[in-house]
Formats: sequence, C-alpha cells, structure tokens
Amino acid sequence: MTDVALTPSQTAGPYLSIGLLGGPVSNRLVDESDARAIRISGVLIDGAGEPVPDGVVEIWQANAAGRYAHPADDRDEIPLEDGFAGFGRSGTEDAGRFGFVTVKPGRVPWVDGRLQAPHLLVGVFARGLLKRVATRMYFPDEEAANAEDPVLLGLGPEERATLVARAEDGGLRFDIVLQGTGHTTFFAV
Amino acid sequence: MQPETAFARISETALTATDPPNDYPDYVGTRLRAPKDPLVLLPASLSELTGPVYGNDALRETDADLTRQHAGDPLGERIIVTGRVLGSDGRPLRGQLVEIWQANAAGRYHHSVDTHDAPLDPNFTGGGRCLTDDDGTYRFVTVLPGAYPWQNHPNAWRPKHIHFSLFGRAFPERLVTQMYFPGDPLFPFDPIFNSIPDERVGDRLVSTFELGLTQPEWALGFRFDIVLGGREATPTEEPHDD
Repeated sequence: MTDVALTPSQTAGPYLSIGLLGGPVSNRLVDESDARAIRISGVLIDGAGEPVPDGVVEIWQANAAGRYAHPADDRDEIPLEDGFAGFGRSGTEDAGRFGFVTVKPGRVPWVDGRLQAPHLLVGVFARGLLKRVATRMYFPDEEAANAEDPVLLGLGPEERATLVARAEDGGLRFDIVLQGTGHTTFFAV
Repeated sequence: MQPETAFARISETALTATDPPNDYPDYVGTRLRAPKDPLVLLPASLSELTGPVYGNDALRETDADLTRQHAGDPLGERIIVTGRVLGSDGRPLRGQLVEIWQANAAGRYHHSVDTHDAPLDPNFTGGGRCLTDDDGTYRFVTVLPGAYPWQNHPNAWRPKHIHFSLFGRAFPERLVTQMYFPGDPLFPFDPIFNSIPDERVGDRLVSTFELGLTQPEWALGFRFDIVLGGREATPTEEPHDD
C-alpha cells in the first residue's frame, strides 16, 4: 500500500484534563501495596523556572522482568504480567507536580543487542506545546547499567545528568525542565 | 563537546514537515515552554517499537456519547463525529483508544481555569472516549462546540474545535491534535491552526460535512480521518548542526 498523508499535531491546550484525566489511564501502574512499588514524582518547569500546571506527563515502560506488553515484543521467554500495561499518565495541576506508582522496569535490548539500562520513556503535553516532547528517565541506583547504556553513552555528561532521577523521601524525583538552564534532554523518537 | 558515540542532533523543523514547530512565538504560550535545543535523534529500539495497548474493559457506553453523560440533554446542535484511524500505510488501526475533549455549545469549557463569560451547561462535561472497530472507525455523538476568546493577542478567538488524543502502534506514533469544522471564518486569525507550516497539511485537520452521516431529524454528521505514523525523518537523514 502507498503511504497516506499524516495528520499533524496541535496543542493539547489548557483544558486537557477534561479528556485525558479521570479515564481508564491512571498514574498507578501497580498497587501501592505491591512490594516492588516505587514512587516517582517531579515538577514540570518552564523556561522562567515556573511550574507548568496545565500539562500531562505520560510514561511507557517494560515490566519488572524487562518485557513490553505489546505484540512487537515477542520474547516469550520473558513473562508478561497480568494487569501490567506499562503505561501511565499524570496531570500536573498541583503546581506542576506529577507522580507515578510503578515498578522499576527490567533491562531491554538496544538495536544492536546490547542491554539498555532500566528506563522509562516519557512524553509531555501541555498548553504552549504544539506537539509532544519526549525524553527518558533512568534510575540512580543503576550505576553499572547506566554506565553502559547506549543512549546515555551517546550524550554529554550534562545532558546525561538531566535524565537520571534522584532519590528523595524514599522515592524518586525527576523534574522535567522544558527550556533554559539545566533543561531536560529531549529526543526525536 | 560530544562524545565519540554521539547521536545526530536534528532541528524540529528538519524532523517533520507535518507537525508544527514547538518554537512558534505567534502562539504566546510557546515562548517559555518550547524546547530550544535540537533534538537527539534516537534509532528505534524495542522501547520505541512498542507502545500502549488497550482493551474494551475500561470504557462505558456513554463515554462515546457526550450528550448522555448527565440527567438532561445538553444545549446546542447535536452532531455525529466519525472517521477512521489509519496507519501511514493506509491500513486501519483496530482497538485504538480515541479520547476527545471540547468546549460546550456556548464556547465554555467545564474547567476551573476557563473564565470566559459564557454559560456552563450542567448537562455537558465535554470529555469522551471510545475504541476503534475492526475497520479503524471511531464514532462520537456530541454537540457543536462554540468558538471562544483567549488572551493570546487582542481580540483573539479560537475556531471551533474538538481535541483528539490517539496512540498508534508504538510510542513514537502518539498524537494529540485538534479537529476543526469546515469554513470556519476564524482560520486566518488563529496562530494555533496556522502553526502548521504547510496550509495544505493544516487542511487535514478540517473535518468534512457529510449529508450521508447525518441522522435525519436528529443530528448533523462530520467526518475526520486520522493517519498516524510517527516521525518522518530517519536516523540516516543528514543531521543539522545548529
């Protein structure tokens, strides 16, 4: 079949919560009582250093064993987990704050078969963004895996530092800075 | 200084001729939010070849009928909005979660941030969702949203629109966009609609009125097809060093 013309993006606007929050997609990928549960929180920040209260942050990840709940991941030797879809969504209405309860994903292969360090794919929509911005979050307690991660290895030290969460209050803290000093590294995916 | 293994960097305008740039100052809200640096161009690993998959279990019947989510009927012109969600190869995307949100018929959102001096409608929230069928078709019943003023520039008004959220087959195909209505007189004045560099591409966001979709004595019908394909540039494309 021949290619058909793609539909262009438009901003999600300031009222995105009406359509994107409160539905079937939640920010709890696992129950808080799950012994493996981790809390991730952060603030979405603009170029003036101000919090962005009209955004949505989404994450996509493999399960704890390192398997994506998607037909393109056909590595049947790694178990899927009932009820773990690997996708979460959080609003930022509370002064730019977002948060997730999830599990640390297992390692998944890079394009050449090397293993990537545990990571989340992260997407951000907001008023003032005409299309999604995408980044990745890595884990601070995975120093050895991070040191050999093909994506982190391809970045400069300052860029890399923006992608690694830090431990805070028994959970993980991952701020997303859209613009300006210390801004997050964003990817074309 | 980039390490030896550095990925190509690509400007957002080189990445796509379809999507608007985030760096588009006419839309004032972008000025402090648009990332300014070129993007790091990643090849697609298993992380990017996969993405969220949905089942029917989480949806209620009234999720796709925004006129039946409250005790009474909302005010406004009842409309049917339907279309197909396709991959860039033209094949239908089945079981796709489609989420929408919109203003009411008076141009007011059911949202604490919206202070436009137009009435709320107690029978209209403005959020809906459904899954595409085997033919990639989605279908919503709603009311025609009103145009509304915003603070972007003096006498700024948004054309009538419905926000759409779609997933595609993998993470890179995720799309949030807006559907417009044919012949809207506000198109020439709207920086969001005009942020799309090519006017013919922007026209893909304008639904078509189809008499055949209307239900006689009941609702007008509009068609809006959506094509999802992720980025256009490939890692072999020449990087931009800006």
